Amino acid sequence: MDITINASFLAHLDAEASLAFYRDVLGFEVRKDVGYQDMRWITVGPKGQPDTAIVLTPPAVDPGISEEERKTILDLMAKGSYGGIVLATPDVDSAFAEIESRGADVVQEPIDQPYGIRDCAFRDPAGNMVRLQQSV
Amino acid sequence: MTPDDADRLRDLTALRRVRDRIDREYAKPLDVEALARGAHMSAGHLSRQFKLVYGEPPYSYLMTRRIERAMALLRRGDVTVTEACFAVGFQSLGTFSTRFSELVGMSPSAYRRDPGLGPGIPSWLEKQATRPIRNREAAPERDR
Repeated sequence: MDITINASFLAHLDAEASLAFYRDVLGFEVRKDVGYQDMRWITVGPKGQPDTAIVLTPPAVDPGISEEERKTILDLMAKGSYGGIVLATPDVDSAFAEIESRGADVVQEPIDQPYGIRDCAFRDPAGNMVRLQQSV
Repeated sequence: MTPDDADRLRDLTALRRVRDRIDREYAKPLDVEALARGAHMSAGHLSRQFKLVYGEPPYSYLMTRRIERAMALLRRGDVTVTEACFAVGFQSLGTFSTRFSELVGMSPSAYRRDPGLGPGIPSWLEKQATRPIRNREAAPERDR
């Protein structure tokens, strides 16, 4: 077997705000933008890596999710305890400076972690935690 | 979404920003008054709401964050207790040692000597502390 990670999902609350973060702040390319009724699914990914993507998706739209459950998911997103992703870059300090200068919400400035990595963290506009670590 | 829902989500988002600010600025001389001003709330309201949502008041969260970072620094072995204390934002070694011992169950210097996993390790640290450490074989439990 040979399996790669093709796409994973991160919820958005405001498609334009999340699009601006992943495209304009992180520099990802937009590969697909699909609308249905008032919902949007936007596929973004790093340039030069066409086989890996993040799909920015409206939260809790599965018809099997109850109104109560949907409310819980939105609460968890708002308090920052729902989604997240870990990204990597060859030079975390220069990437941090660039991302911060573009106005991203910083959660952690670059630091060395005791488990052998150097990383920093941001909050995307929907409350997802975006960690960025130096690839070794 | 009802107006009540919208209000609740707005409040939760404001609390998240406060927590993120603590996470980012833990080493600065933060206090609850300053955090509350930044969030346009009264200090009392912030403390109550924060505890309701995150399980502990903001001051306690800040202390936990500082101690967590101090543990990370002390695990390296090349940082002294005094250096760790001031690096994470404490103004006094005495307060640092007291808070550290409360949370970790041993003094900072004892932890620095032997940061190995033992009974009483706080659960919030377990995930971080038990992660594999690059280029260093973890010692078997019985050797600790």
